[in-house]
Amino acid sequence: MSEPPLRLRISDISKRFGPTVALDGVHLSVAAGEVHALVGENGAGKSTLMKVLSGALAPDRGEVHLDGALYRPRDPLDARRRGVAMVYQELSLAPHLSVAENILLGAEPTRAGVVRRNERDARARRALEQLDRVDIPLDTRAGDLPIAVQQVVEIARSLAQSDTRVLILDEPTSSLSDHDVRRLFDAIRRLRASGLSVIYISHVLEEVQTIADRFTVLRDGATVGTGAVGATPASDIVRMMAGRQLDQLFPRSPHTPGETILEFTDVAGIVKPEAASLAVRRGEVVGIGGLVGAGRTELLRAIFGLDPVKRGSVRVAAWTGWATPRRRLNQGMGLASEDRKGEGLALAMSVADNITLSKLAGLGPGFVVVPARQRAAAARWSERLRVRCHDMSQAVRELSGGNQQKVALARLLHHDVDVYLLDEPTRGIDVGSKAEIYGLIDALALAGKAVLLVSSYLPELLGICDRISVMHRGRLGPARPASELTEHAVLMEATGQA
Amino acid sequence: MSTDSKHAVARWLARNSWVGPLVALLLLYALFAVLVPDTFPTAGNVRTMIRQTTVVGIAALGMTLVVILGGIDLSVGSAVALTTVVIAFLLQAGAGPVSAALGGVFVAALCGLFNGVLITSLRVMPFIVTLGAMGIIRGAAKGLAHEQKIDAPVTWLNNLIAELPAGSKWQILPTGVWLLIVLAVVVSALLHYTRFGRHIFAVGSNEQTARLCGVNVPGVKIAVYVIASALAGLAGIMQFSRLTVGDPTVATGLELDVIAAVVIGGGTLSGGEGSILGAIVGAMLMTEIKTGGTHLGLSNWVQEIITGVIIIVAVALDRLRHRRVGT
Repeated sequence: MSEPPLRLRISDISKRFGPTVALDGVHLSVAAGEVHALVGENGAGKSTLMKVLSGALAPDRGEVHLDGALYRPRDPLDARRRGVAMVYQELSLAPHLSVAENILLGAEPTRAGVVRRNERDARARRALEQLDRVDIPLDTRAGDLPIAVQQVVEIARSLAQSDTRVLILDEPTSSLSDHDVRRLFDAIRRLRASGLSVIYISHVLEEVQTIADRFTVLRDGATVGTGAVGATPASDIVRMMAGRQLDQLFPRSPHTPGETILEFTDVAGIVKPEAASLAVRRGEVVGIGGLVGAGRTELLRAIFGLDPVKRGSVRVAAWTGWATPRRRLNQGMGLASEDRKGEGLALAMSVADNITLSKLAGLGPGFVVVPARQRAAAARWSERLRVRCHDMSQAVRELSGGNQQKVALARLLHHDVDVYLLDEPTRGIDVGSKAEIYGLIDALALAGKAVLLVSSYLPELLGICDRISVMHRGRLGPARPASELTEHAVLMEATGQA
Repeated sequence: MSTDSKHAVARWLARNSWVGPLVALLLLYALFAVLVPDTFPTAGNVRTMIRQTTVVGIAALGMTLVVILGGIDLSVGSAVALTTVVIAFLLQAGAGPVSAALGGVFVAALCGLFNGVLITSLRVMPFIVTLGAMGIIRGAAKGLAHEQKIDAPVTWLNNLIAELPAGSKWQILPTGVWLLIVLAVVVSALLHYTRFGRHIFAVGSNEQTARLCGVNVPGVKIAVYVIASALAGLAGIMQFSRLTVGDPTVATGLELDVIAAVVIGGGTLSGGEGSILGAIVGAMLMTEIKTGGTHLGLSNWVQEIITGVIIIVAVALDRLRHRRVGT
C-alpha cells in the first residue's frame, strides 16, 4: 500500500508574546484522509498553533506547507479560501438566521444582488448530505437548535463555503452527549473517507483513541511526541502530556459517611427534572450521571434556588423548604456552575474579587472591604489549589480554563460551605488540573463535607464517587454504590435501556 | 527598561483608566497655554473652568456607578431641571435654603427609585426606561412650573459655585467645588472599599455570577439608580445656584455630556468598568476644550466637532489599551 499524500506539514513554528514563549519549534504533519489528534494540557500552545493555522496570527519562525505549496494565510478569511477551516469551541452561528442562511452566510448565491433561495437551499442541503444529516431542517432558526446540531451546521458551513481540505475541530465534544458524540464521529468518518484531513483537538483520550488515526502531543509550546493511535497505549500519551506519571488520577480514600445533610424528594422543575429524590450524607461524594439534557443541571439549579420549582421538598441541614441562592449560601451550600464563562465567573474582575465575592463580610470592619485582606484571603485558597496567576489582582479572563475552574472552586472553599454542588467541574480543562480537582474533592469528603457532582465523563464519575444515581429524561434513578457499577451499566441506564 | 517592568507598566495602565485622559487634559492645557498665553493659563481662568465643571462633574459621579453596573441613565438632565424647580418652589414657600436643597435632592432620588424599580421589576432595558423617564420627569418639571421660570428669594444657595467674594479667598475654591471633591472621594471609596461597591462591579461584570454568589441583584440595581439620581439632585442644586431661579427647560442634553465624561474616563457601556477620577477628568477635558476654543476665538460649531472627536478617540484608545494587554 502506498503512503497517502502529505496534506499539511508544519515545520519548526515558533511564536512569542513579549516575554512569553507560546510556541517553540512545533512540528506536525497530516496526511490526506487522516484524522489527526492534537493533545496537550491547557497552555501547551494548542490554541496558538491553531490561530497560526487559521490565519489569525503570523508565526515568528517556521513554515507551513499545504499540499506541497507554502501556506501563509493573511487572515482567517484567506485561510478559509485556501481550504483550511476551523470550528471553534464557542460556536459562531447567527442565532436569528435560519440553518440555510447560516451555512451560506457571506457566500450567498445571488442574481443582481438578490439571494437565489432555491440555489442556496440546495447547496446547504448538499453540505448536510456530506455529513449524513439531512434530517436538520433548513428553515429553522439556528438559535432554536440544540448545541450538538448547531455544531453540525457550523461544520456544514465550512464545507459549503469553500473547497475545504483541512478541517480543524477544537474540543468539539465538550458539550455533547454520548449519543451526539457518536453521530459527530460518524460524520467525521464520512469526511475522512472523502479525503478530507481533520485536526481534532481534545482532552478526552478515549475520544482520541476512537476517532483519530495519528496523534501529536504538545507540551510547553513544543512537539513532544507523535505516533499512530493504535500503537500507543493511553497511559503513554498521558505521560507525554503531563511530563510526569499520573499514577493516581483518581485518588480513592475510604470515606466514612456521617449524618444526612442534603435530602430532596420528588423535585420537579418547570420542564426538568420531572421527579428526583436523593439523600446525601456528610463525608461522601454522590454522582449524578446521564446524558446532556437529561435535567441534571436543572436539578442542581433548582436545589440551589437559581431555577423555579414546580413541586417537591428539600432539606439542607436544619432548614426545610425552598430558598434563594443567597439563603442557600448562608445555609452552607454552594454551587459551581457548568457554564464557567457565562455564569461561574466574572471574567473582567480579579482573582481576589472572584474568590471572595460570595463572602466579603469579615474582610474589614462593618461594610468595608479592605483590599489587602481580600487579597490575602484569596491567596490562601489559590495557593491551596495551586492557581497559576501573576497575582491576586489579575483578571480571571487572562487565566487558562483549568485555573479559572480552580478559582470558581476556591470561592466555595472561601465561603466554607458544607454541601458542594459541582456541575461538570472538570469539563474542558487539562489533565493536570483535573487530577488536582479530584484530589480536592477527595479531601473535602475526608473533611466531612458533602459533594453532589454532575458529570458526563464516565471514568470520572466511577473514579471519584462513592454512590451514583443516573438521570434519564428528567427522572433520577436510585443511588447505588459506585463499586457495583460499570461504565456500561451507567450508559445503559442513561439511555433508558436498563 | 526591561520587558518585565514594561509589562508591569502596561498592567498598571490597564487597571488605571484615568491616566490616559489625565495626560490628554494636561497636554491640551499646555497647547492652549502656548496658543493663548495671555488669558488661558491664568489662575482665574482655571478656577472658572473648575466651577463650570461642577454640575457635570457631580452628575458624572452617579453616572459612573450606573455605567459600572452595566446600565445607563438618560433622565439625568430632566432630574436636574426638576430639582431646580422644586428648590425654587420650596424657597418661595418660605423654606430655608437647607431644607429646600434637601427637598430637591429627595425628589431627584424618587426619580431614581422610579427608574430602578421599573428596570428590575419590568425587566426592560435601562436605556428604554430612562428614555421614558427623561420625558416624564421633564414634563413633570414643566407642569409643576407652569412652563415658566420660577423666581426664588436670594439665599446663600446662589453663591455655591460663584466666584469667591474678597472676604472668602481663604476657601481657595467655592463651596460647591469642595462638595464635588468630597463627594468624589466618598463615592470612590464606596466603590472600592465596601461590599456594596464590589457588588456593583460584580453585577456589571456578570449578573449571573453575582446571582450565583448570593448578591441581591435587584437591590443593588435599585440602590445605584437612587444614589445616581440623588447625585443628579446635588448637581441640580449647583445648577440652581448658577441660575438663581427654577427653570424646567434647563440642562436639556446634559445627560449626554455626563455620559461622555464617564466614557472618556474609561467607563464601558457594557458594564464592569469605570473610574470616578476618570469621569471627573473627562468632564474637565470637555470644559477645557470649550473654554480654550472660546479663548482662541473658535466658533461654537468647531468646539462641538472637537469635543465629539475627543470622545471617539478616547474610547478608541481605551479599546487599544485593552487589546494590547489581552494578548
